[in-house]
Amino acid sequence: MNGESIVWIDIGALSDIPPSGARCVEIDDRTIAVFRDRDDRVYALEDKCPHSQGPLSQGIVHDGCVTCPLHNWVISLASGKAQGADSGSTQTFRVEAKDGRLLLEAGAFS
Amino acid sequence: MSDQQKQLVVIGNGMAPGRMLEELFEREPASYSVTIFNAEPRVNYNRLMLSPVLSGEKTYADIITHDDDWYAANGVTLHKGDAIEAIDRDRRCVVSRSGIELNYDKLVVATGSSPIVIPIPGVDLNGVYTYRDLDDVQRMVDVCAGGGSAVVIGGGLLGLEAAAGLRERGMTVTVLHLMPTLMERQLDPAAADILKRAFEDRGVNIITEANSREITGSQGQVAGVLLDNGTEIPCEMVVMAVGIRPSKRLADDCGIATERGIVVGDNMTTSDPDIYALGECVEHRGACYGLVAPLYEMAKVIAENLTGACASFTGAVNATKLKVTGIDLYSAGDFADGEDREEIVLRDATAGVYKRLVIKNDVIIGVVLYGDTTDGPWFFDLLKKGTDVSEMRETLIFGQAYQGDGAADPLSAVAALPDDAEICGCNGICKSKITGKITELGLSSVDDVRAHTKASASCGTCTGLVEQLLALTLGDSFEPSAATPMCSCTSLEHGDVRRLIKAKELKSIPEVMQALEWKTSAGCAKCRPALNYYLIADWPDEYADDYQSRFINERAHANIQKDGTYSIVPRMWGGQTSAKELRAIADAVEKYDIPTVKVTGGQRIDMLGIKKEDLPSVWADLGEAGFVSGHAYAKGLRTVKTCVGTDWCRFGTQDSTGLGVRIEKFMWGSWTPAKVKMAVSGCPRNCAEATCKDVGVICVDSGFEIHFAGAAGLDIKGTEVLGLVETEEQAIEHIVAIVQMYREQGYYLERIYKWARRIGYDEVRQQVLHDAEKRKAYYDRFVLSQRYAQVDPWQERVRGKHEYEFAPLAKLDQVVAI
Ligand code: SRM
Ligand SMILES: Cc1cc2nc3c(=O)[nH]c(=O)nc-3n(C[C@H](O)[C@H](O)[C@H](O)COP(=O)(O)OP(=O)(O)OC[C@H]3O[C@@H](n4cnc5c(N)ncnc54)[C@H](O)[C@@H]3O)c2cc1C
Ligand code: SF4
Ligand code: FES
Repeated sequence: MNGESIVWIDIGALSDIPPSGARCVEIDDRTIAVFRDRDDRVYALEDKCPHSQGPLSQGIVHDGCVTCPLHNWVISLASGKAQGADSGSTQTFRVEAKDGRLLLEAGAFS
Repeated sequence: MSDQQKQLVVIGNGMAPGRMLEELFEREPASYSVTIFNAEPRVNYNRLMLSPVLSGEKTYADIITHDDDWYAANGVTLHKGDAIEAIDRDRRCVVSRSGIELNYDKLVVATGSSPIVIPIPGVDLNGVYTYRDLDDVQRMVDVCAGGGSAVVIGGGLLGLEAAAGLRERGMTVTVLHLMPTLMERQLDPAAADILKRAFEDRGVNIITEANSREITGSQGQVAGVLLDNGTEIPCEMVVMAVGIRPSKRLADDCGIATERGIVVGDNMTTSDPDIYALGECVEHRGACYGLVAPLYEMAKVIAENLTGACASFTGAVNATKLKVTGIDLYSAGDFADGEDREEIVLRDATAGVYKRLVIKNDVIIGVVLYGDTTDGPWFFDLLKKGTDVSEMRETLIFGQAYQGDGAADPLSAVAALPDDAEICGCNGICKSKITGKITELGLSSVDDVRAHTKASASCGTCTGLVEQLLALTLGDSFEPSAATPMCSCTSLEHGDVRRLIKAKELKSIPEVMQALEWKTSAGCAKCRPALNYYLIADWPDEYADDYQSRFINERAHANIQKDGTYSIVPRMWGGQTSAKELRAIADAVEKYDIPTVKVTGGQRIDMLGIKKEDLPSVWADLGEAGFVSGHAYAKGLRTVKTCVGTDWCRFGTQDSTGLGVRIEKFMWGSWTPAKVKMAVSGCPRNCAEATCKDVGVICVDSGFEIHFAGAAGLDIKGTEVLGLVETEEQAIEHIVAIVQMYREQGYYLERIYKWARRIGYDEVRQQVLHDAEKRKAYYDRFVLSQRYAQVDPWQERVRGKHEYEFAPLAKLDQVVAI
């Protein structure tokens, strides 16, 4: 695979995730959180808060961000960066909703 | 016809070629001999206006754009009702259904698009229509004459226009929409919600997330629509408005390149340089268009190129307007949330206005307007041109009228109001009365103005205006009120919001946000859980809980731990347990490898470190032993601690254990502003620590002493005494009444002791102890709310509710590369 072409993996249907919600994709001992916002945009982040590895998939989704369930850091879904006064960032992955299916970049699994 | 005249043949007589010919004749009236073939048996009409014809507001004659005289005057030959069946590129001719063969020098394919029909059983029945042309409208109008019910499948632009039209004709109308919100491609959820209510107000029933499984029929005639969830909606007519597909068959058949539509380049020719394609049948740079504005641009480009110029079409952004009388809606661009985007939201609840601009790098990229769409074209123009709006940001949302000389000040809108403009609608107070009193009496705060003029004293929605008037009148000496708003999405305090939810009968989060003029389109992690609670508390039988507005513990019905696992605490009524219960816990701990079991400070057992996926199975096992959720995670009733009382204790005066169990069984499941803990002690030695609880009972010989407003967490505070009652029944009624009063008045996350201190302990005694009628009313409202709240959330989930919450979306070994 060269840098240009992305291999996509079908991980399920868009409708499997509730609007303003998240579901997890597991691979070995890693977890990737796939978010769906209320406008049906999708995002994929490593399921670890930069603060203290809280599971971001369990947070409340709002304004393109998720609020971590453990200590309320606010993490941008698009960039993975902590917002406001906090700093740190979480790895993001490419994910797309196409014809109702969710496609995650295969690189996420390597 | 001169010999030099070349033959121009047009297939399809829709809106796009109509415009193209006008543009062509304006430039060079005599350059071509024009022949049009049209499948429809009529002249050209304004397709956009079909909805007013359907509703009866207009007639066919009103919407004709090019009548027979126009064709005659311009020397155009129109073959009505004669479709082209084939294009023969070798012979450069077209062949019509009636057998006409005609040569062309230039050919324009403008076949438009056809409605998509979803292939479910029953689509062939009589009474199933699409919505595209005048014949469709005529068929629908015929059915309407007989009255009855119609189902419209599709809650997009066309479906909603059809629904409104059918409703105008007196039909009972239901719209079925697959997605969670209407017109999801054009509207954000906030505007979609206002739209939904506007339709419901005119009597159109709207069901979202409705997946149609089958159209049922009898004797070849439509009888109803059956949904996936088993609901059946009876009807005489079904209108399918789920989308359109470019009509490209002629192009496919003759070997012209097509994808979704007929592929054209920027000069609008197809892969054959003598054949243009125009209108909805076109695919240009990967995009197909379904609105006329870009089609008119294409029309102009073709007209120019036909006269030898070399114009190009480079694509277009669309703006949408819904044409239903009385509903003003405008949307354009991209309005999804995003951290790189900012939004400006203006809500004017009285006028029913919602406006939202989405801005990225100082440029408008999305516009949604509801109620007042006058500035739509102006915003759209800024969007298309990519104008930097940073200079006019403060006043941008107010529209074009507020831009330019000297007006770039948000206060100017208020300053510009005439003296007799009404500021407070509830109390009929005008601007000059308020400014007059401010100067006359030297008022300096909103509270002062309220006290002296009554302005903003009722529903409070004009508070912002009153503040602006203070700022205008007092200049720099005005200090805005120190009110602490709920969060940065609103300037209202919790109390205002609670009052207004009741006063204005607001029954959903989007409704609250609209009516109370939220500054964001969808709220934040602070206000959403609070609003969700207020709505549950105020409308227990009507409000649908919004789980995405709850913290994870309440969504998963377990407590999240620092490593992402969960802990669960089943109820042990009044702290009592049994061998059977203990055995079930022991079995579950072994079976699911639960690492820690601990006795809590609340007289029950906590199992910690459970994997989220295992929760439903653990609950299923515990449920068999009779356990229900202990709500150790909830802003709701937690524990009722008891001591052993008269059952065993040599000092016991009453059955404290029994009363505790009764209270817990009566009150569990209820949601409250913050957690509620109680205790019942059998005598004043107080082994159950009742005097530091939210509500406590000390049993004495003469009855039950009821306590409230204690604290032993972040703060330590002994309880206040409410009073002494004689019987268990009275004790329960008083306890329930206090809790219900708190449920109705407390601010989200405010414990009982803080709420009671805020409103005054005597006020609680007055309403709960001394006013029997009030007490009974509180009690009754609590009982009503319990009908909906007292459902074991664990067993609900064992039965499959919110299944997605507990299972991963995928595990890698199950996925397939595509
Ligand atoms: C399990 C338990 C400790 C124990 O092992 O005994 C416990 C555990 C937690 N307590 Fe507690 N509290 C426990 C009894 C208490 C008590 C004593 C009592 O209930 O009699 C108090 C003092 C009384 C009170 O409620 O104020 C108590 C005062 C708090 C507070 C301070 C609340 C306050 O407003 O002052 C918090 C923080 C909060 O709620 O914001 C808290 C929060 C918590 C949380 C929920 C922290 C959190 O947000 O994750 C802990 C959850 C642990 C878990 O995952 O299970 N816990 N906590 C007790 C469970 C009781 C039960 O059976 O439900
Ligand atoms: C009810 C309704 C409301 C609408 N509201 C709006 C709106 O508010 N705003 C907006 O911008 N757009 C609106 N539209 C969309 C707009 O009407 C279309 O984008 C536009 O009419 C498309 O123009 P066209 O010339 O490409 O195709 P059409 O206007 O569809 O014309 C195509 C014509 O070609 C004929 N034809 C097809 N195949 C053949 C053949 N083989 N031989 C001969 N003739 C053939 C068809 O019978 C048809 O008459 C609405 C559409 C509908 C149906
Ligand atoms: S002290 Fe009172 S309440 Fe506590 S156990 Fe003994 S008798 Fe019962
Ligand atoms: S782990 Fe996310 S905020 Fe602490």
